Formats: sequence, structure tokens, C-alpha cells
Amino acid sequence: MLKFRETLKIVVVGHVDHGKSTVIGRLLYDTKSLPERAIEKVKRISKETGKPFEYAYLLDAFEEEQKQGITIDTTQIQFHTKKRDYVIIDAPGHVEFLKNMISGAANAEAALLVIDANEGVREQSKRHGYILSLLGIKKVYVLVNKMDLIDYSEEKFLDVKSDMDTFLKSINVFPQKYIPVSAFYGENIALRSKKMPWYKGDTVLDALDVFEKDKEIIDKPLRLPIQDVYKFDNRRIIAGRIESGVLNVGDEIVIYPSKRTSKIKSIEYWQEKDKTTKVEAGMSVGITLFDEFFYKRGEFITRKDDEAPLVGDTFKANIFWMGENRLTINKRYKLKLVTQETECEIAAINRVIDASTLFSNDNAKKVNTNEVAEVVIKTKDKICFDEFRNNHVTGRFVIVDGYDISGGGIINGLEILDVANKFVKGNVELPITCFDEYYYLIPYNEIKKVAVERKSYKIGDKLPINGDTYYYPDNFDVIDLNNELSALIRDGKLVDLINLNDYKYEGYPVYSSDGFLARVKNQDDFINFKNDFKESKYDLVDFANKWYDPIANKRIVYKAV
Amino acid sequence: MDRLDMLEAQSIYILREAYKSFGKLGMLWSIGKDSTVMLWLAKKAFFGHCPFPFIHIDTTYKIPEMIRFRDKIAKEYNLDLIVYTNWDAINNGMGPEKGRLVCCKALKTDALQHVIDKYKFEGLIVGVRRDEEGSRSKERIFSERNKESEWNYTNQPPELWDQFKTDFPKGNHIRVHPILNWTELDIWKYIKRENIPVVDLYFAKNGKRYRSLGCAQCTGQIDSNASTVDEIIEELKHTNINERAGRAQDKEDAYAMQKLRKDGYM
Repeated sequence: MLKFRETLKIVVVGHVDHGKSTVIGRLLYDTKSLPERAIEKVKRISKETGKPFEYAYLLDAFEEEQKQGITIDTTQIQFHTKKRDYVIIDAPGHVEFLKNMISGAANAEAALLVIDANEGVREQSKRHGYILSLLGIKKVYVLVNKMDLIDYSEEKFLDVKSDMDTFLKSINVFPQKYIPVSAFYGENIALRSKKMPWYKGDTVLDALDVFEKDKEIIDKPLRLPIQDVYKFDNRRIIAGRIESGVLNVGDEIVIYPSKRTSKIKSIEYWQEKDKTTKVEAGMSVGITLFDEFFYKRGEFITRKDDEAPLVGDTFKANIFWMGENRLTINKRYKLKLVTQETECEIAAINRVIDASTLFSNDNAKKVNTNEVAEVVIKTKDKICFDEFRNNHVTGRFVIVDGYDISGGGIINGLEILDVANKFVKGNVELPITCFDEYYYLIPYNEIKKVAVERKSYKIGDKLPINGDTYYYPDNFDVIDLNNELSALIRDGKLVDLINLNDYKYEGYPVYSSDGFLARVKNQDDFINFKNDFKESKYDLVDFANKWYDPIANKRIVYKAV
Repeated sequence: MDRLDMLEAQSIYILREAYKSFGKLGMLWSIGKDSTVMLWLAKKAFFGHCPFPFIHIDTTYKIPEMIRFRDKIAKEYNLDLIVYTNWDAINNGMGPEKGRLVCCKALKTDALQHVIDKYKFEGLIVGVRRDEEGSRSKERIFSERNKESEWNYTNQPPELWDQFKTDFPKGNHIRVHPILNWTELDIWKYIKRENIPVVDLYFAKNGKRYRSLGCAQCTGQIDSNASTVDEIIEELKHTNINERAGRAQDKEDAYAMQKLRKDGYM
């Protein structure tokens, strides 16, 4: 029998030139995990190019990399300790390769964040720290590298530690250890350093063995997103990977979002030895159900007794953007969440954060490459998901722009979107869309009503009475027949918000809260207008066609998105 | 779940994603241990069925045992097998003596391109592994190739959380790599665990065995007494010689494999 051994996936991140590849090269060299030929090859290339032997070159197999001395993509290599096996993911530190860093780090369970003791905390140190927090990686050690350059000084080590700790705490990353190392000379990597007697903690190798692997995914509610349905023979097999929880033959299940119920009839297999009645998180399985109704890719199978997933089309998320084009509102993207796929739009950008400074911009309209943002996403179809803090796998998604995956995000919760801007007085609110723009979107050949801003206007506030696609007079009234409210606008400002019963027509133009001009010229018209609405409650189309002018004070403008 | 369970589950997930994503999908089968394990994983993923064709690029220089093994397994598993040879090149005298990289390009890369063009494949499942050599270590699981099968390895889109690239312009295709994260040792441990039949050439006879299989002229044997799967596993645990040390094309220059693979080599 082969002995069971645990594997832990770790990623090594940090600023460019702070020594990530050297740390990995050294770990591999010290644990004798490299084939002789790889070492010989690096020796040969070092000789050919006239450069000194670098542990880093062991990983950088690409010609370009060795010319520039930077890692351009992630690579996975194994090494072993007595306790377990490790898969080590090298991630590039250069900002232009952030998408490669994220591709690598997204698969990791733990992280080593490398900082140059001499240079201290730099832009990518912070950005990578931030990304670890977004990816939900909680097992983090900080390696303060190149201690040889600062004479193995404890004082300088403590300075760097304190800088980084302040930053990491502010983004909810709590490193379990700070380890002073010199990867080039192998100090505190596999062997305890004699040059730093003041350091009493573990070496990197010993510290790695201290990490405990996550086990809780099996204890979470069952999530089996349907991947495909096969009918190769007389069986109708539902295929998919169990992302969390456990499943037994005989379990009563609910399929979301349709909420149909059934029971597990069998767990299918090809080889007799794989026959089982119980499967758990991480396994790619095939099941059959007692009821053969129509089920399709993307739906979630859950157990009746387990907590249900969230179902909705609007949610709050934190995203990091890696696309070549900027992320903008009102453009169509594809969203992929486990096996679900749907069209989506960014309904609102609440905050854009520079991950390296934590500088936040609340008025940004676009998200640039390598920026992080808090957004509201609206999907075309309802999807199933969980909040990221409850379930990592079903709480994260990617966004496809054109042909490429361009962003990754984690879900913070369902969102009930404010459908419009508001006029507010005390606790009275009048929702309005009269300041929305009407754009003809060239790529989609359709007219779209777009809320450029989401704002509440209080009494005395100046209003945006002239937009791209509308122009209101300085004085007018907004009448909301549904909510029985009226707003008075004078000199471009909101001056009052009152109950419709207290409103008196004074000869100012009357608009609906969507910004349509009412055909009201005098007091009698206004009374008829009000009464007509009451009587025509169920035929608003006739009412609107009779009383409103849909194009007064409006124009349509072409837009490229 | 242990490491092999996790690798198996991910490979099955990848195979099923590929099957769902591409209308025209095929799997390259080199008769070697890796793609033979992949064939086994496909049988598992699809419950004993193989719902796409298998493609063998036959250079005519393969070791004869490999061809015998291919035909035996294809019959046993009832595979839809496409065997393709670049006869135009061979009839014009192409062979290893023309230069190894030139030969590999004509008989493997170009042959593969002909198959892609002929069958209009959108997805090709290939059994490469990260630990084989440097350029493979940098691969994505779903890796795009353009019309000429070229690989733009300096600007690969992100791939995270098992969300793969399934959108691409018509004419391009995706190389799908289900066993990218497996190591040579994983492959042999899995062969043992599942009792998967592999070609005899891997087992030592008279103190020599093949560790990696290719064309007869360009593949050397290693010194070994490992004549069973168990002995191979034991040998690999203690070796520090590269798996592809016997493959001549890798040694032509320091970046041979990267150059071949950029142009569409497997």
C-alpha cells in the first residue's frame, strides 16, 4: 500500500527583485528536490552568459526571463518534508504580470510574502498582500529576505516587520510569522542561521510544516453545481464536482434555483472498485436521481436539510481587474461562477481602491488594469451563489471581456439596488429617474436609460437640470402620482418635497418622476390628470400616452459604451 | 482525499469541461504512459465511454512495440482512432538525419496542424505535465493556439479557480491539459493504483528501460533494473536525472523545447 501523504499548495509572492525565485530555488536545492540536470543546465547557462550562479535561474526556464531577470509566469514545483508534500507556486512580482501572479496565487492554500530587508515594503508587497486577502488566503508568513545586506540586524528587521504589519492589519491580513532570512546564503531557510542568534523562531521549512490544512469544506452545506448531463447508455447521469459538503445515496435534495426536489438514486462509477454510497467535497462525481425532470448545467444540487444558497441577479462584490480594457458600467460582460455562465453588467462602481496605497476613489466611473473595486453586479439571469465568507468556491466568479478572463471577484452579499436617485426631506423619499440619460448604444443597437449617478438630493441642493440627453427649465414641479408626492424645483434647486394633497398647481411645468412632461396647462387639467390616474390604475399605457410627452426636453445621444 | 484522489478529480473535471465546451474535440494519444493514463481518466470521466476521437501522430519512426500496443488497446477500448502521418514530408526524405528540430517540426508539429485543419478541431486534449520541462511548466490548463498553432506564452490570459478559457476567435483552437499538475511519480503511482496497462518498453530488460517514449532514433534507454511498476516507483523516488534525459530533441540547444512548443509542438 502506498502511504497517504498530505499535500499543501503554497504561493510565493512579493515585489519584483525581492528574491522570490531565490527563496524557491533555495528551498528546492536544500530539500534535494531538483534533478541533477536542472542544476547542470543553470550552471551551463550561467557560464554561457557570464553571470554568477543564481538559484533563481532554476525556475526561470524561459529565454526572455533570463535576459530580463524576472519571472513571467507561474510555475509549479514540488518538494517534500518529513511531514508532507508541497506544491510551490512561483508568482511573478512585476506589476505587468499581475494576472500571472493571481493565476498562481488563486490555487494556493498558504502564502510566503517576500520582502527585501534593505528596500523594505514596496508597492507590490502591498498589492500582493491585498490580493491574498481578496483570495481568502489566511495562512501567510512574511519572509524578510536579504538580511545579509543589512548585517543581519535585528533592529532593521523589526522596522520592516512593523511597517508591513501596520499595512497588513488594515486589510485584515494577519501573518502568523515574520522570518528573517537570506535566501542566497540559505540562512534560516532549511538550516537555522548562526548569523542571527537573536531570532528564536522556526526556519522557513519548519514553519511550513506548522500550517494546518483547511478541512472545513466538508462540513459546509452541500453544493454540487451541475457540470453536464450524460446519456451515453440507459443511465441519465448528472456529472459535477462536489464543491462543499457530503452526499449519500438516498439523500433528499433540492435543485436551485428551480427548487425542485428529488432523491439520490445512485452514485455512478466505471471501475467496480470505485463503487460507493457516499461522496464528499473535492470529488468529481456522477449521480442519478429518482425523478428525471429537466435539469441543466449551472444548477446547484443541495441537500434538503442543508442551508440553501442565495439566488438573485444583483449582488455586491469586490473585484480585481486584469483586463487590457478598463471595466466600465453599462457594458456587457460574461460572468462565470462555478459552472454557471450568464451575461452581466456592472450596475455601480462604489469605490475604486489602489491596492498598493489603499487610496480609495468614491467617484470613479471606471476600473483600470490592476485596480481593485467594490462594485454592484447585475446578471441577466438569476444565479445561485453564497457569500464568499461562507463558502469560498461558490462565492467567487470571473468576468470575461471579449475572449479573455479579465477579472476575478468575491461576493459580499445580495444587493437590493436603489433603482434611482432620490429627493429626500426628513424621512420622506421620492425616487426619481428624471436625471437618467438616454443613450443609443452603438455596439448593441439599442436605446438604454442609464443612471449616471446614484444620489440623494436634499432640500436646498442644486440639481443636475441639464444632462447629456435632457434639459429641464429652472423652475418645475415633479409629481409622483403613485407615491402621492410632489417636489418643487426653483432656480435649479430642490426647495420642497410635500404630500400631493398639499400641492397647489402654480403654473410651473409638471414632470413625472421619470422626467416626462405632463400635458397640464391649468388647474383643471391638473385635476383631470390626477383623477384619470386613479381611474386608470390598470391601464397605465393609455394614461401615459394621453398625458405625457415622452420626448419633450429630451434627445438621444449615441454612445460607444 | 490524498494527492492522487485530488489530481484524478481535477483531471476529470477538466475533461468534462472540455467535452462541454468544444463541439469538435479530440485527444492526442502518443501511446506513452501519460496519454495512456489520460485515456483511463477519460473512461472514468464518462463512465466507460470515450465520447471523442483519439489521435495518434505517427512519424513512422516509432518503436514497433508502441504500434502493436496502440492497435491492441484501441480494439479493446473500442476507440475512435485517427492515425495520421505526414507522408508528403516522409516521401520527400524527411527524417532525423535532416536535423532533429526540423524533423520534429515536420513529422509532429506540421502533421498535427494538418489534422487540426482537416477535422476542424476546436479543442485538443494533450497529456503534457508541468514537471517535464520548463516551457510546459508555464502552461495554462486551457491554452489558446492561433490558426498556425502558435502559442503566445508571454501574454497568456489569467486562469483562476478552475475557470478556463472557452472563448476564442474562429479558427483558433484550445489545447486542453488535464494532467498538467501531475508529476512523473504521480503517473506511476496512479498506474499502480488503477492497474492501468502500459506498453512493455517502460520495464527494464537486460539492465535497460525507456523512461520516456518517442521516435526510435531519438529516444535513448536509461540504465535500470526496474522491471515492475513498484520498482519504477522506487527508482523514481531516488533518481535525480531528468525524465526526458533520453530525448534527443530537447538537447539540440538550451531552448529547444520552448522553440518547438511556441510553433505548436505538443
